[in-house]
Amino acid sequence: MPEAQVKMNVRGAGEKASIIDVQGELTAFAEGVLMDAYNQASDGQVRAIILNFEDLEYMNSSGIGLLVTLLIRINREKQQLLTYGLSAHYRSIFQITRLDDAIAIHDSEEEAVRAANSA
Amino acid sequence: MTEQTPRDETREEEKQKEKQRREPRDAAYWARYAETLKVTGVAEGATNINVEGRRAVGPLQGFGKLWQKTYRVSLKDAEVTPVEVIKTWKENYKDFWPEGNLFYAPLAGITPGEVALISGSLPGGVKLSTGVMVLYADDESFSLMTPEGHPFSGWITFSSFEEEGTTVAQAQVLMRANDPLYEMGLRMGGHKMENEMWRKTLENLAAHFGVNEPVEMNLVCVDPKLQWSHYRNIWHNAGIRSAIYTIAAPLRWRRNRARQD
Repeated sequence: MPEAQVKMNVRGAGEKASIIDVQGELTAFAEGVLMDAYNQASDGQVRAIILNFEDLEYMNSSGIGLLVTLLIRINREKQQLLTYGLSAHYRSIFQITRLDDAIAIHDSEEEAVRAANSA
Repeated sequence: MTEQTPRDETREEEKQKEKQRREPRDAAYWARYAETLKVTGVAEGATNINVEGRRAVGPLQGFGKLWQKTYRVSLKDAEVTPVEVIKTWKENYKDFWPEGNLFYAPLAGITPGEVALISGSLPGGVKLSTGVMVLYADDESFSLMTPEGHPFSGWITFSSFEEEGTTVAQAQVLMRANDPLYEMGLRMGGHKMENEMWRKTLENLAAHFGVNEPVEMNLVCVDPKLQWSHYRNIWHNAGIRSAIYTIAAPLRWRRNRARQD
């Protein structure tokens, strides 16, 4: 299989939240990178994972599938999944696939972090 | 740490606006959002009773356990690229299905946003009229998403890629049974029927390229929990509605006849 064309950077955001900056392409090949980033992000007392999609360049339906399996994992750990930085196009994809029923979408990092730490 | 100046903030806002304006590379591959499904043209023999006006549903809206099922076949020794495999699969989708199930491809073919009708059968011989929406389609993959009432809630992604110098064809289903009745059906032979259907489909695809390789299956239960909050999905159950539609056929015939007289 081709290599994943994606980079993920993990950083803390308050006591209860971690942010994963997604840079590049979210496809089936990104599975390992995403799950590694999640393991790193959910270390310790983290109750919320925030995905930053400001630098998302490409996503196909397998990428959306990855978000579903990540969401299930996060729910199992009784954590919360939030996002910000989605362009109008990717917001529309969240709507079509109905991921927006279960993943909170925020306009900015500040808003997402506030929501994550107040939950 | 450096503080952000107002100029930095303006630059950041401009960057964001530019990003919103720019069309992403994948824009043409996705279906456009629509509240409900719309069928354009019903092929002869197809029944559009469980698709028009229904919402498309993903794995999060279903009732049953969440499964990720992967079926793949290696197209060993076939000189064919992933793009050629997907082109062939899209153009001949219905021909690769095993007997007993009919796929009425949309007039525009497998293109994003198009809706196809399906006539199939459930365990116990119940006839089923349903459909799928083309959620995503590019040169190396395409995905179909199901409507409310379909036996499962989710999507199927068909893809092809190179692995160690060989082209591989793959179908991956991410699904939950849509309601309690379907969940029971899946446990009582439905999963087996489904696995057999995709195995046969991939065998037929491989045979088209002159390949006779075994189909590998990988079945993973991603979430064993039932989503009881979605038990009401049974209201749209396409199996029940198709059965009622069939039983009521003589009544419809008499009513139409009375109108003509």
